[in-house]
Amino acid sequence: MKNRKLEEQIFNALMLASTLIVVGSLLAVIGVVIVKGAPALSLSMITQTSNGGFYLGGAGGILNAIIGSLYLISASISLAFVIGLPVALYLNEYAARSKSADVVRLCLDVLYGVPSIVYGAFAFTLMLILGARASLLWGIITITLLIIPIMIRGIDEIIRTVPSKLREASYSLGASKLQTAFNVIIRQILPGIVATVLLALGRGIGDAASVLLTAGYSDSIPTSLNSPVATLPLAIFFQLSTPYPEAQERAYASAIILLGIIVMLSLSARFCTSRFSKFVIR
Amino acid sequence: MFFAHEGMNKQTKNALASRLMQSVTILVSLFIFVMIFVLLLKAEPLLASKPIFELLFSSSWHPSRGEFGFYPFIIGTLTVTCIAMLIALPICFLAAIYVAEYATGRIRAVVNSMIDLLAGVPSVVIGVWGVLAIVPIIKVVGTDAGQATTGYSVLAGGIVLAIMVFPSIISVSQEVLRSVPVSMREASFALGATKWQTVKHVVVRKSLPGIIAAMILGFSRAFGETIAVLMVVGNVPRIPSSIFQPAYPLPALIANNYEDVMSIPLYDSALLFAALLLLLVVAGFTLFGRLILVRLQRRSV
Repeated sequence: MKNRKLEEQIFNALMLASTLIVVGSLLAVIGVVIVKGAPALSLSMITQTSNGGFYLGGAGGILNAIIGSLYLISASISLAFVIGLPVALYLNEYAARSKSADVVRLCLDVLYGVPSIVYGAFAFTLMLILGARASLLWGIITITLLIIPIMIRGIDEIIRTVPSKLREASYSLGASKLQTAFNVIIRQILPGIVATVLLALGRGIGDAASVLLTAGYSDSIPTSLNSPVATLPLAIFFQLSTPYPEAQERAYASAIILLGIIVMLSLSARFCTSRFSKFVIR
Repeated sequence: MFFAHEGMNKQTKNALASRLMQSVTILVSLFIFVMIFVLLLKAEPLLASKPIFELLFSSSWHPSRGEFGFYPFIIGTLTVTCIAMLIALPICFLAAIYVAEYATGRIRAVVNSMIDLLAGVPSVVIGVWGVLAIVPIIKVVGTDAGQATTGYSVLAGGIVLAIMVFPSIISVSQEVLRSVPVSMREASFALGATKWQTVKHVVVRKSLPGIIAAMILGFSRAFGETIAVLMVVGNVPRIPSSIFQPAYPLPALIANNYEDVMSIPLYDSALLFAALLLLLVVAGFTLFGRLILVRLQRRSV
């Protein structure tokens, strides 16, 4: 009996310690980056582009990378949404409970797990085959491919929670599957769609490995789809790779900016989710 | 009702839309095969010129001499991933049980939202943290232990990776734990079992396959992670003799060398072969893990 009590206490302590390690590692990451990066954080970081001597420790900022990331992600998100939404709707409204829908889901799960460097290598290969050069366009293609599975599986999971009674009510009023999908289901899952889009946004904006191979890098803001584009994660990566302490410190500051964008995204996800909940029939 | 006002009748529209959505769905699900096919196509020249055994098990990596031995890179990837899993598995297992079974509603909500936030931290930021915090600590600890080390090591890569796989393993495990019916727990309590006995003999036993699936998915996530590992692992193409030694994982090989592919023959083929290896291993593990979860779900419905 005494042994049992002891075992119970040991495991309680271990479980608590493990949870603290998980939570603590998040706090450690954020804490260290903020402490190290805050001194180098300045307004010019977000208002100036990286001109010539920036990576040698000279003046300048990472506006080109911030704008580059925003261009890249807004185009990719829109494309992935336009491709992903119909697939998620099809899986649930047209192919519901079919074997083939399960197979499609499995394919998407495998795609979801494919490392971003492989997406990068794949897009890079297409680039080589077509004789294209690294550019905003290819960055958009890469990130779109990367987030399509996230988008579809996210929306898919949400549609699955829509009660079938809602569909039946719509059908009984004579609505077609298409009308039901776009007038009833979408309204019902709006909060979930917003949350999924923002999840995909976070994943897409934070990814470095895939765009390393396909988006190129540039010190100025891209002027066309064919110009190379800087992204925030790569700006951090390249600044850190320089041997100059000033540039390295600005890498930490850039990491704070990226973290700030991610936190803003997740906060707005919460806000939108509660905002759009008013369309949901309970 | 923005679909009902035009001339075309609603059946035709429905049929058309159905066809269109079906085609997009088929295209999207074929994409994984397209990816494998294209990578295979580009890796073919290398596979044709060298026996696969030599590619996988030779340690001689001299692209300019036409020698492509992937062994050190494969071992590098496996070492870093295994260290990460050794760290992450027990921690995730215990933390998932705590959050799912013991924590009160409020603590659970706080911990889970922090786990979600951790999942959203970009890998490059975790890499920055690794360079700032983990590498210097390992340098000190390693030197104290009598090992010459710069701190950039497989251990640093493993720690950084472990943190990156925490969220996915814990989230999936929690879901599996929560799917164990309350009535089973109550039956155990009714027999006089304590909370821990119930967790150990009923909840964990019942959800073990699902937790294993969560771990497999975590493994495949760790296997292909690039930037964060690349930043702290040292990138020396040698088989590490201790955890304080550097290594050179496959994803880092691709990321560091893609720019030079045009100047050396077969080099592009070699890097895309590395990508193909990553893809096949990860796809295999993901498929395996998912199938376990799908089977579990079907049983519980």
